Amino acid sequence: MSALIEFRNITKTYGQGQAAFQALRGVDLRIDEGDFVAVMGPSGSGKSTAMNIIGCLDVPTSGEYLFRDVHVEQLDRNQRALLRRNFLGFVFQGFNLLARTTAQENVELPLLYRGESTTTREQMAAAALEQVGLTGWGHHTSAELSGGQQQRVAIARAIVTNPTLLLADEPTGNLDTQRSREIMELLASLNRDKGITILMVTHEPDMAEYAKRVVHFVDGRVDSDVRHRETG
Amino acid sequence: MLWNSFLLALREIRRNLLRSFLTTLGIVIGVSAVITMVTLGNGATQAVKNQVASLGSNLLQIRSGQRMFGPPGSGARAPAFELADVAAIQERISGLAAVAPEISRTATVVSSANNWSTSVTGSSNDFLLAGNWQLAAGREFSKAELDGGQSVCIIGETIRRELFGTRQPLGESMRVKNFSCEIIGILVSKGQATMGRDQDEIVLMPIHTVQRRLSGNRDVSSIQVSVQNEGDIDRVKNELTQLLRERRRLEKGEDDNFNVQDTRQIAETLSGTTQILTTLLGAVASVSLLVGGIGIMNIMLVSVTERTREIGIRLAIGALEREVLLQFLIEAVVLAMLGGLIGIVLATLASVGLAGVMQVPYSFNLGINVLAFVFSAGIGILFGFMPAKRAARLDPIEALRHE
Ligand SMILES: Nc1ncnc2c1ncn2[C@@H]1O[C@H](COP(=O)(O)OP(=O)(O)OP(=O)(O)O)[C@@H](O)[C@H]1O
Ligand SMILES: [Mg+2]
Repeated sequence: MSALIEFRNITKTYGQGQAAFQALRGVDLRIDEGDFVAVMGPSGSGKSTAMNIIGCLDVPTSGEYLFRDVHVEQLDRNQRALLRRNFLGFVFQGFNLLARTTAQENVELPLLYRGESTTTREQMAAAALEQVGLTGWGHHTSAELSGGQQQRVAIARAIVTNPTLLLADEPTGNLDTQRSREIMELLASLNRDKGITILMVTHEPDMAEYAKRVVHFVDGRVDSDVRHRETG
Repeated sequence: MLWNSFLLALREIRRNLLRSFLTTLGIVIGVSAVITMVTLGNGATQAVKNQVASLGSNLLQIRSGQRMFGPPGSGARAPAFELADVAAIQERISGLAAVAPEISRTATVVSSANNWSTSVTGSSNDFLLAGNWQLAAGREFSKAELDGGQSVCIIGETIRRELFGTRQPLGESMRVKNFSCEIIGILVSKGQATMGRDQDEIVLMPIHTVQRRLSGNRDVSSIQVSVQNEGDIDRVKNELTQLLRERRRLEKGEDDNFNVQDTRQIAETLSGTTQILTTLLGAVASVSLLVGGIGIMNIMLVSVTERTREIGIRLAIGALEREVLLQFLIEAVVLAMLGGLIGIVLATLASVGLAGVMQVPYSFNLGINVLAFVFSAGIGILFGFMPAKRAARLDPIEALRHE
């Protein structure tokens, strides 16, 4: 299998001088296409920091980051934005839908930046909403949706562009167990049926069960990297 | 992409309708103020021109001093005319229809019931000829009345109405300041009251009467000359200048200390003032446009802070810096242009209404409307740029974390 992502001795230092804090202290990591990886670890261990770098939202202080053999650490702000636009999908803990905007409009947003036509946008957004089980909810604004539904809209928005890699930082952090399981089933099925590579941060071992591989971070380093037996 | 940004901007504006409206209020007021001022100012200028043009194009006006609105003092130093000048003009220059000396003083005129403060003009029968006045009733001054400076007067329609109401006062007396005066004629109304100058508000007396009873000297302040043939106007103008230079003993090379103006020049001199006023008011009004722009910048800055999270989401999804910049810039420009459009509509309503009240002609001035609109769009760009730049520069991670 070819590597989608490769971290080579990545470090990340926040602040300078006395206040400097090293959040990542030399991380080596390889993620193959089609994988479903759960990232775990204590608070402050650098999980989100690593996710932000993988998501091209941030750059490492040192080290090499290859996305499909492209050196991301050498790209400028715009090039990274284009990389996000064309290959990545994000799901955040806090849902992060646009306020006073309908589910449909939220899901259409990435397509708007891709310059898709109105009809294409509507069709693709409707299809994405169907995949997350929200057919018919398109015209509801975020305020009219439950937490679980909002997170589904966020997932629909992340997958509407058929991304290569889906990044989810504590996607179930704000949900009850039942809702969380539904979201995890959804992510697992997207990985299984559509071949989307998924990288997910979670604190809950139950949720990590859904992944194929679990990476543990401790103090800015990869502490353990365990592959589950293939579950189907 | 531009079209998309435009749609996004419209959607955003619709989402915050009340705030959007308040934001553009400054622009609305600025644009409508500028357009209304300029439109009414131009209307006033036009009104003055029309009024002067109604005098006919065969009229010349001679005044002492260099220009009607010359530098202070230049008019005062120049000697006034006298009746001998008028006689000389009549005698030495051919092709004239009328030569009317003129002097006026303000005075209160009183009938049995009412009084009215107005300007009393002293002249001859030529005044009626030169000014195209018709008599509605009564007669002109007789030679005896003119030569003897008797207390007789011809009044305009406004004076008749104010002093006598519905009555026809021919043959009655009215008191002018401290003497009594017989009304021998009433003028046909010209019916044009523009810019506070009512032409029908006129009291005409023999010039000797005014000189003796009101002004107390033998000066003539201006002379109106009406030419029989319009084509003669330049010749007459030259001859008048020659003659008056002679009579006033001006050396060769010395400047004229009087001026001879035709109606076009009179119109220009008069409308010069209204034009300056128009420009001034327009300039003051455009300051409010600028203030409107600052209002837009203010609200856009608030909006960027408020929507930090939204900007974070857009950036995370893959919006380019310039796309975010464009979104906010277009939002500001669309707001400003909407303000401009509303301003234009308001200005049109206000101008039409006020033109009616002020009795000046209304004409749609395309130039100033286009200019004000383009200017408001420019203000949108100018004041929208800084907030938009701030939005585009946000760090996506920070922005996403923003509450
Ligand atoms: N922008 C920043 N400036 C300074 N320090 C930061 C910044 N972001 C993160 N850190 C620090 O870096 C360390 C790692 O943070 P990170 O968010 O990656 O942790 P995490 O593993 O995601 O924790 P959690 O499970 O609580 O989300 C923390 O100690 C945090 O305080
Ligand atoms: Mg975190």
